[in-house]
Amino acid sequence: MSASTAPVVSPFTNATQPIVEVRNLRTHFPIKKGLLSRTVGYVKAVDGVSFAVEPGKSLGLVGESGCGKTTVGRTLLRLIPATSGEVLYKGENFFQYHGEELRRLRRQMQIIFQDPVSSLNPRMTVGNIVGEPIVVHGIARGKEKDEMVASLLKRVGLDPVYAIRYPHEFSGGQRQRIGIARALALSPDFIVCDEPVSALDVSIQSQVLNLLQDLQQERKIAYLFIAHNLAVVEHFSHDIAVMYLGRIVEKASAKELYANPKHPYTKALLSAVPETNPRPTRQRIVLRGEVPSPANPPTGCAFHPRCGLTRIAAQHANANETIELTIRGESTRVLAKCVNECPPLEQKQGEPGHVAACWVER
Amino acid sequence: MRQPLLEIQNLNVGFETNRGLVQPVRDVSINVYPGQTMAIVGESGCGKSVTAMSILQLLPTPPAQYLGGKIVFDGRDLLKLNERQMRGVRGKDIAMIFQEPMTSLNPVYTIGDQIMEAVTLHQNVRGKQAWEIAEQSLREVGIADPKRRLESYPHELSGGMRQRVMIAMALSCKPKLLIADEPTTALDVTIQAQILELLRKLQAETGMAIILITHDLGVVAENADVVSVMYASRIVECATVEELFDHPRHPYTEALFKSVPQLGNDSHRLATISGSVPNPAKFPPGCKFHTRCPRTRELAQKSGDAVEIVSDGERFKVLHACVADEPATNEVTRNHWAACHQLPEYAGSQPTIPRLDYKRQVVTTTTDLQSTLRSQEFGK
Repeated sequence: MSASTAPVVSPFTNATQPIVEVRNLRTHFPIKKGLLSRTVGYVKAVDGVSFAVEPGKSLGLVGESGCGKTTVGRTLLRLIPATSGEVLYKGENFFQYHGEELRRLRRQMQIIFQDPVSSLNPRMTVGNIVGEPIVVHGIARGKEKDEMVASLLKRVGLDPVYAIRYPHEFSGGQRQRIGIARALALSPDFIVCDEPVSALDVSIQSQVLNLLQDLQQERKIAYLFIAHNLAVVEHFSHDIAVMYLGRIVEKASAKELYANPKHPYTKALLSAVPETNPRPTRQRIVLRGEVPSPANPPTGCAFHPRCGLTRIAAQHANANETIELTIRGESTRVLAKCVNECPPLEQKQGEPGHVAACWVER
Repeated sequence: MRQPLLEIQNLNVGFETNRGLVQPVRDVSINVYPGQTMAIVGESGCGKSVTAMSILQLLPTPPAQYLGGKIVFDGRDLLKLNERQMRGVRGKDIAMIFQEPMTSLNPVYTIGDQIMEAVTLHQNVRGKQAWEIAEQSLREVGIADPKRRLESYPHELSGGMRQRVMIAMALSCKPKLLIADEPTTALDVTIQAQILELLRKLQAETGMAIILITHDLGVVAENADVVSVMYASRIVECATVEELFDHPRHPYTEALFKSVPQLGNDSHRLATISGSVPNPAKFPPGCKFHTRCPRTRELAQKSGDAVEIVSDGERFKVLHACVADEPATNEVTRNHWAACHQLPEYAGSQPTIPRLDYKRQVVTTTTDLQSTLRSQEFGK
């Protein structure tokens, strides 16, 4: 990997050095078929994603199921091998490390999983679950370790006497707290939160979100906050990146993205969140069709088969700039550019750093 | 006054477990009128799904037992019907769609076979005619190319498509009541919007009543006419959707509304409800919410009649009345029922059965982006 694979767009034009920077990350999974398991194609789960997370800040990554947001989180922690691209941790290329040096860096980068049931070993006590990383990384053992575990449990709001209990004795919210305590054990400064509250009850969600926020302020932890619930992400994150079919289609500060969304997919996504108000104020944009398969993505802009914007733009454009398509049995006219060329992530009108990938919207 | 289509009166359901009898449904009363959408809201384990399953008697007995109450549908008490009579109701008069569209479809039969099964069972048609009804029902739920889709297997369809198939199957016999148990929880937001819009459209066309079970307050706000809030196996509040969202009276409902993050709301911290949802095997005494209730804690500061309790490792004072006695679901103000001792109107009100023949007028504004954007200008 050479330095020449620079990102298409510098993610955020801020002076502070990002704690984690992802450049042009790609994760392709081979599709194997037949007796000899020949590779017949690739699922491009992540296809050229770049972003940066600043120290002590949260970057929200939203998108629907299958858009590749979870794969991004796992690839950047090297839980899944990357196909290409690089991840810089405080300027060092994380993908080039091996052995002891890799272990050293791994302490700084942790993950909290979505499912608090399957991410905790049912045969281990809570004390062992939280204490394991401390022992593995040779930080402490014996009594000293037990004290660390006790203070971690206390910090996440669990009674330290629970250290001798097993995960099944806890409720979902408490289990998620155990997962958080485990992630905190090595005092990381970057945590990937992969849908940390989507498996929890509404009244428990806010407890866990507040805990994560308090920890961030206390310990200056940066989060990559992966979720499909836009309201949760908007509440939690400083910046938000929206993914569609393996790519980031829009990125801006949380406020800006909500107030001034540019990409037609972001607009539809925002409008689809039901308002907790019986007299709705927002107009709902219902997208037709479903997310296409990442094994066989549409050409050009991956959103063009569902995009309303390119259809209107086509009505105003010259006939030679448009193409007739048949989508789900209906024939429609869209801009040729949207079908032929993939739009780059570029600065749009609005706040500096507000980037979107759309040929039509400026 | 219209007769309700479904009247659940003081339903009690128990489960025999090795820790003794637990009661996931206690004294639940719900009235649903024709054409109405009744939402039952609550967190996991509050008894909302058990209530729904009881209507169709889908709970295996034992371990489940119907300990009391009535479920009157169209003049018949469903709890008194035998299994054969019940089979005539299920799928025909009352249909149900489930949360998980993958596990509720049979993977070894085609979509067509599965819709046909319901159609031939209830409509006295067979063969080609049944096939046509199946095709029509797929067309009604907006599935493109229904003829070809009838031949596909569930695994060939996406989550949203499968949920459409479930709805098609449920509606193929034109039920009077549809029970939708978390119909969109497993789906993405944009697909959720499609499915909810579809249900609203089908309800307007057929005039069926819907019982919508969900934990998502946004889905409730958008789709319900009347809302029943359940907590710890009981209904703690019931009102029309506007009344409930404008003036929540029960401290649980109030706290729930505050703890949900909302789009475009800048507040830095979310309000929380302390503690966790109680386990039906170990309910606290008195009002089941007193261990988490901010209202009783606040009032206990100033009251002489307070007791100290320990819950979730925390020690605090609550009012004696909240621990001693479980409040009934009283009609605290006109057409608004709530179960809380500490409401000023509670003492003078009566524990009546909530009846609200109400259908709201608002139709959610939907657009397909084109009309929204038409006003904007497009340069070359």
